[in-house]
Amino acid sequence: MSAENTPSDTNEYLLEVVNARKTFPGVVALDGVQLKIRPGTVHALMGENGAGKSTLMKIIAGVYIPDEGEVRLRGKPLTLTGPLDALEAGIAMIHQELNLMPFMTIAENIWIRREPLNAFGLVDHRALHDKTQALFERLGITMDPDMEVRHLTIAGRQMVEIAKAVSYESDVLIMDEPTSALTDREVEHLFRIINDLRAQGKGIVYITHKMDEVFTVADDISVFRDGQFIHCAKASDMTSDEIIKLMVGREVTQMFPKETVPIGDVVLSVRNLSLEGVFTDVSFDVRAGEIVGLAGLVGSGRTNVAETLFGVTPATSGEIKVNGTSVAITSPHQAMVNGMALLTEDRKETGLFLDLSVLENMEIAVLRDGYTRSGFVSQGVLDDQCESMKSLLKVKTPNLDERIGNLSGGNQQKVLIGRWLLTKPKILILDEPTRGIDVGAKAEIHRMVTKLASEGVAVIMISSELPEVMGMSDRILVMHGGRVTGVVPREEASQVRIMELASSPMGADAA
Amino acid sequence: MSTATDTTKAVEETTGKKRKKKVPTEVSILLVLVGISLLFEALGWIVRGDSFLLNPQRLLIMILQMSIIGIIAIGVTQVIITGGIDLSSGSVLALAAMVTASFAQSSDYMRAVYPALTDLPWIIPLAAGLLVGALAGLINGSLISLTMIPPFIATLGMMVSARGLARAYTDGQPVSMLTPDFMWLGSGANPVIIFLAVAAIFHIALKYTRYGKYTYAIGANPQAARVSGINVRRHLIVVYAIAGLLAGLGGAIAASRAGTGQAGMGLMYELDAIAAAVIGGTSLAGGVGRVTGTVIGALILGVMLSGFTFLGVDAYYQDIVKGVIIVAAVIADQYRQRKRSKAKT
Ligand SMILES: Nc1ncnc2c1ncn2[C@@H]1O[C@H](COP(=O)(O)OP(=O)(O)OP(=O)(O)O)[C@@H](O)[C@H]1O
Ligand SMILES: [Mg+2]
Repeated sequence: MSAENTPSDTNEYLLEVVNARKTFPGVVALDGVQLKIRPGTVHALMGENGAGKSTLMKIIAGVYIPDEGEVRLRGKPLTLTGPLDALEAGIAMIHQELNLMPFMTIAENIWIRREPLNAFGLVDHRALHDKTQALFERLGITMDPDMEVRHLTIAGRQMVEIAKAVSYESDVLIMDEPTSALTDREVEHLFRIINDLRAQGKGIVYITHKMDEVFTVADDISVFRDGQFIHCAKASDMTSDEIIKLMVGREVTQMFPKETVPIGDVVLSVRNLSLEGVFTDVSFDVRAGEIVGLAGLVGSGRTNVAETLFGVTPATSGEIKVNGTSVAITSPHQAMVNGMALLTEDRKETGLFLDLSVLENMEIAVLRDGYTRSGFVSQGVLDDQCESMKSLLKVKTPNLDERIGNLSGGNQQKVLIGRWLLTKPKILILDEPTRGIDVGAKAEIHRMVTKLASEGVAVIMISSELPEVMGMSDRILVMHGGRVTGVVPREEASQVRIMELASSPMGADAA
Repeated sequence: MSTATDTTKAVEETTGKKRKKKVPTEVSILLVLVGISLLFEALGWIVRGDSFLLNPQRLLIMILQMSIIGIIAIGVTQVIITGGIDLSSGSVLALAAMVTASFAQSSDYMRAVYPALTDLPWIIPLAAGLLVGALAGLINGSLISLTMIPPFIATLGMMVSARGLARAYTDGQPVSMLTPDFMWLGSGANPVIIFLAVAAIFHIALKYTRYGKYTYAIGANPQAARVSGINVRRHLIVVYAIAGLLAGLGGAIAASRAGTGQAGMGLMYELDAIAAAVIGGTSLAGGVGRVTGTVIGALILGVMLSGFTFLGVDAYYQDIVKGVIIVAAVIADQYRQRKRSKAKT
């Protein structure tokens, strides 16, 4: 199964990759890989974490030079020595990790290296603003071009990255997991943009782990596994089960393995928690064994509530009780002392130590009781723990000493999950836990969260994917504009009901 | 299709369980050290018809000269690993040398700074020097973590003030006539022994303790460090205090070796210390660096100094070459950084 099934209504491919091979020390990331993009189509790349999708895209975008193989644009071989070459040739890429300068404005970020200049050769800020405004109007984005990027949510930053990539007016646009941080509303927005681009005859390469998106947006699908090209076909000729089977090499069992577990006492009790100017009067309880979902649109305050609970941004008023006693949580350290763990949403900003090893990343939160003796780290014990966490989470890495920055996005995420699981928390807060994680591993992580709950851990889970929240939670707290607009028990949870509460400030009737 | 599966897994299995060490950066720096030494050896025979290396006397003097800079460089290395910088170590060394000397004077001397406190056992002046250094570092660290001013500015302020304080301490007069008891500290090979002991202690501390792991984590990503439960502010204060303490130790040894405390001591040592760290592979971007590298870096500086003197090269030219080497080391650092971050940005 392979090349013959390739869609071929047109002989003219916009972009072709032929027989690409790329190795890194200890890893063959790609081997004999091919890819054929037709103009005016969206081509989805599917594959497990570490399958080589991002590596292949970086070859097309000039970031990596392949060991073997060739990239052809409209049939002509391309030699790329760097990303600028690729942009020149008409290939733009939105990387899996965000790459904006936090202290520069949105407009400055979008037009970096291409700023409009005035007569004196200085940046013309008026023109910069106007150009951005025009771009945003075309794309239907409502953001202030002069706002500094650091004030944006991750979703906001992602939209800026999208706008930036579109602004190059390139013929080939690569999107590496653009929706991993977006909620349904922004995803729809992105799809409108993509449909426009497709209508203009551009070729779009789209990487995602979300199956429903693939069938909404993709024309063609290529599947990769362990650095090999497996299959390419029209989206209309494939089913989601087939794709998963091709990706994983086996059947993946049931997606949200929710079990009913005995619910214990209230472990975490939050009353009138507020962070001035961000969210107000948030109250809820979480019991041992319970999984409480936090839903809401981007900017509704979900992530802020999680960060405040964990002491990243201490509350300005309100009360947090752990096991019935009121606690003051003013730093993550204190939160951890009280048995909490928080997997943050933005893994690059607040999660990863990119230059440190997988081991150093995984062990950092647990260098306290039990794992140190008078300041000295019990490395042997930790090595073993991290090694078994690595196999449990199936982290794909040559060894634990590998620099974590060299791991694929999904594997980095798994390491961070491992970091917090090692702390054996009593209250586990997960903010977009399966961000960038492939279908198979996702089910695995859901199973693990369920298992923790059955062992009496209180879980709070934030996810932009409604099916995930609905599938996993016992109760769903819906937020809008910094307030809880409703609490939906599992039995009554429906996409419509949650979206209602998430979008209307008046949904408050249930609260 | 199952054959297709696993080039990667095969590699994983062979290297997976046994944690294979990569070739550390130190090896390449060590090669540079050997290369430079051999170069001077060759030049020695050509220019002077004499061996550069086969002269134990010269080697001892070289290592002695470098041990004080080496000690403060170990403190500075830790600061740089956290993503900071310490410009004050040379001045703090001078201040500590003055204070140390003032408690180490002998009673034979008429114009002692503290006539009532003469002939004290060596431990007391040493402790005074360490204390002064640690205090200066504590102030650096507190300024940086409580007011959030950049380390460059905080330690620049300390650099100027500590030098001023060292001068003001005795109105610019040297503090001399130290007790033989105290002079013992810096005599013979003692400074070298102390240097190596300090290097061993902090090599272990950085590698095997929580202190070390937190230091790297903060340098690699301070926000993530905080979210991982590290008290970043407190830790930074500790790191700067340790750097100050080591500058204080350097000051005490310098005073003991010279038999006097002078406000002009340690001039530009901060730059040599930073240079030793950077040459040794410590990244100015933070998160990367090792004590072993810094020790080799200090030795490279020492060999250069001693080699040029041996060849009779004028001091001005020595400085020019040193400047070039420092810049080259930073370029090498940038190159390594780019290579690191080229992977996943
Ligand atoms: N710079 C690098 N150095 C070493 N190994 C690398 C580097 N970049 C990628 N790899 C390895 O190559 C393999 C493929 O990685 P890649 O990022 O392409 O995966 P991916 O398919 O995008 O996965 P994900 O879905 O998790 O994003 C992985 O095993 C990864 O560890
Ligand atoms: Mg990827």
